[in-house]
Amino acid sequence: MLEVCDLDLYYGDAQALDRVSLKVDDGSIVAIVGANGAGKSSLIRAIAGIEKPRSGQICFRGQDITGWESYRTCDLGIGQVAEGRQIFPSLTVQENLETGAMLHRARASRRRILTDVFTMFPPLAERRSQLAGTMSGGEQQMLAIGRCLMGRPEMIMFDEPSLGLAPTVVHEVFRAIRELNEKGMTILLVEQNVAVSLKLASQAYVLENGKIVMEGRGETLLTDDGIRRSYLGL
Amino acid sequence: MLLMAVLTAALLILPAFADTYILSVAILILYFAYLGQAWNVMMGFCGQLSLGHSLYVGVGAYVSAALFVHFGIQPWLGVWAAVLACMAAGAAIGVLAFRFGIGGVYFALLTIAFAEFTRIGFDHLRWVGGSGGFFLHVAQREFNDVLALRGSPAMFYYVMLVATVAAFVFCAWLLHTRIGYYWQAIREDPEAAQALGINTFRYKMLAIVISSGMSAFGGVFFAFYYNNLFPEQIFSMSRSIEIILGPIIGGIGTLFGPILGAAVLTVLAEGITELMAAFGWEIPGVKQVFYGACLLAVIVFVPRGIWPALARCLGLESRGKGPRDG
Repeated sequence: MLEVCDLDLYYGDAQALDRVSLKVDDGSIVAIVGANGAGKSSLIRAIAGIEKPRSGQICFRGQDITGWESYRTCDLGIGQVAEGRQIFPSLTVQENLETGAMLHRARASRRRILTDVFTMFPPLAERRSQLAGTMSGGEQQMLAIGRCLMGRPEMIMFDEPSLGLAPTVVHEVFRAIRELNEKGMTILLVEQNVAVSLKLASQAYVLENGKIVMEGRGETLLTDDGIRRSYLGL
Repeated sequence: MLLMAVLTAALLILPAFADTYILSVAILILYFAYLGQAWNVMMGFCGQLSLGHSLYVGVGAYVSAALFVHFGIQPWLGVWAAVLACMAAGAAIGVLAFRFGIGGVYFALLTIAFAEFTRIGFDHLRWVGGSGGFFLHVAQREFNDVLALRGSPAMFYYVMLVATVAAFVFCAWLLHTRIGYYWQAIREDPEAAQALGINTFRYKMLAIVISSGMSAFGGVFFAFYYNNLFPEQIFSMSRSIEIILGPIIGGIGTLFGPILGAAVLTVLAEGITELMAAFGWEIPGVKQVFYGACLLAVIVFVPRGIWPALARCLGLESRGKGPRDG
């Protein structure tokens, strides 16, 4: 579904991504793990079209989307749940969801998707007219995921979905991600929580200083000594 | 509902009872309510702070006045030229700022800079009088002529009343369209808006063009109501501040805020002027100090503005919520 080849990204003179290549198959969960500042978020932002890569190629469903603006990639079906949730605090829950459904691809089926999102996250339905900024962190994360779903994406990129959430809530969020995947959603997951994301992922990449240093099946990486030492503290 | 009906009736029959002074204050209130509404589109809805809205008022005023004086083109035609000129000016500033990612305080500075150098430009533009001022002929007329914007204060009152109501309805409608949703998303979190697939450049451009086009009419009205234009006055920074105080005090991002804010500020400012006159005092700058005090009071006691607080007291849900405190 998504193919990234030799992607280079710079912020001024600082190189954030160094010849990164990866592949996300239809219906899979692919995890990208790595320490803070390894370039995980930069990679997502480059794919989404928020940052412009200096070289390399990004293809989605066989179409070259390198350098596309983010409103075009979104309309192609690449959804994003950004880091830190980024909901709109002084809009209501329902208004937040509706802003997500205004892409061309989603506008017509808005009502149906809204029902789906409410079924998936019942607390959002209960709080539909509450201001989003007054909800708990976990509920805001649900809202961020729901808002992304409203755009009818074919692939969702999650950037640190567990960041700053209580452990029980983290569990909820990962349950939602697995559930989405079981329904056929392709997922690209960026996480610092290496143990959980490797368990979830069919395929995983380890990013270090902007470079992919290791790749393989999630479970395989989970048993790798290097990974266990560097990321799991074992 | 009853309150609204009474208020509407009062607004409609006001000129029949009010003396010239009261009527001039009412016109001033409507004028600032209208311009506040226009500014609110950019800042309140889309989160782009303009501190140079006097630019659009001034350009609108000068374009329509120049067309009238030099070519005899009536204001009902001239207003379109004024609107187009202001939209072009807004678009130029917008392209410069938004294309190069200038936001927040730097965008505000840019808007001040443009207003300032337009003022200096007009100071030296002899064709429209330069710094000596530009004057429109005032002819005594027996009949009100709306299309020519010539007539009694009561006519000007009704023209501004219609414009203010129209601006209100237009903004209320905008807020409920896709454009309104997108603007609010950009205001709340520009990054998230972008991640959601909103073409932030396009919608910010739309905000500045609509806001500047609306402001142009305020300028046309100013030109034909006061009949004299001085670059020093109309383009000055303090004009821009006067425009934005209403919505800030009334409630940024709300529909009633600009109207309420303009009413409160104008009435109080006029009251102070009257009071000072009654005591025979003459202290320059007292109005500005008063504006400052009002602003302080609002920031301390009702940071979201008077309207949201009032709406809560009256048990109304304020439509078009402003940004949250802080």
